[in-house]
Amino acid sequence: MQLVQVLSIIVSALIFLFVIELIRRGAFKEKYALLWLLASVVLLVLSIWRRLLDYLALMFGFFYPPSFLFLLGFGFLLLITLHFSIVISNLSEKNKKLTQELGLIREEIDRIKKAGKF
Amino acid sequence: MKILVVIPAYNESENISDVIDDLRQDFPQGDSLIINDGSEDETSSVARSLDCRVIDLPYNIGIGGSVQTGIIYAIRENFDVVVQFDGDGQHIAMEIEKILAPVSEGADIVIGSRFLGGNRYTSSIIRKMGITIFARIMSLICGQKLTDTTSGFRAYGRKAIDLFSDYYPEDYPEVEALILAHKNNLIIREVPAAMRQRIKGKSSITPLRSIYYMVKVLLAVFVDILKK
Repeated sequence: MQLVQVLSIIVSALIFLFVIELIRRGAFKEKYALLWLLASVVLLVLSIWRRLLDYLALMFGFFYPPSFLFLLGFGFLLLITLHFSIVISNLSEKNKKLTQELGLIREEIDRIKKAGKF
Repeated sequence: MKILVVIPAYNESENISDVIDDLRQDFPQGDSLIINDGSEDETSSVARSLDCRVIDLPYNIGIGGSVQTGIIYAIRENFDVVVQFDGDGQHIAMEIEKILAPVSEGADIVIGSRFLGGNRYTSSIIRKMGITIFARIMSLICGQKLTDTTSGFRAYGRKAIDLFSDYYPEDYPEVEALILAHKNNLIIREVPAAMRQRIKGKSSITPLRSIYYMVKVLLAVFVDILKK
């Protein structure tokens, strides 16, 4: 077994275990864990199953199979950050709506108080 | 016709009471609503000491979100027209009638333009350039001559109010709002309106920000065209 394979098995195993532990602790919702889980499983499988990696890498024209692993990792990170951008945009929109509603409700309460109906 | 004057204010404690005075004197037929956009200065307490409606937003959500808050308020309180009026004192209450007239004639959005009807408005070269570029682009997109698309002195009729309560652009909303309006077949009109130069306090737009503004709005315009 080459050193590079040992290294990639260790790294992807660590990522996988870390993701599992975070899910177990409820650190993130399952929805967000899904992509991480998928990424770590795929990387782990391809690190252990060298022949599958060689086969896939060759199919895509990679002469050095481990670099295919890097590309996959990069692709997953890209997907995950893209997912985050969408989630953040959603959250900030919801946050704005809440803020507006809070301002509107406070104004209404102030008016009711002033009118002495409270 | 019930008219709501929406006054977005961010750190305008020095100007806001003059603005309300101006409105009380020259436009008493409208209700004034100050939207304090999470100011760090005394804007909130000054606004509350004045005889007008005040909404305090818990933190700064930007001019777009502030104006939209006013628009939502207008719907809930059954106003027919929203006038957007800056909290920094550059808009003139006596000019409001001019932008209201086309609304009663059926226009949905009326812009008070600094450049129509022989108005003189001096500004930095960069700002003027930006204003001209946007006017050209927007005229092209909307298929009608527009001269002051970045002007924040506007009147919104019922249709515009309904549209913008659902979605109103955030950071630099003036230009984008027009695209949205055009896409939804609203009638846009421009009328000449005089404006003051800023008296107290600093404008939020510095030269560097002007450039950022231009790039950002151009991008937003592009995105808006792409959106269905």
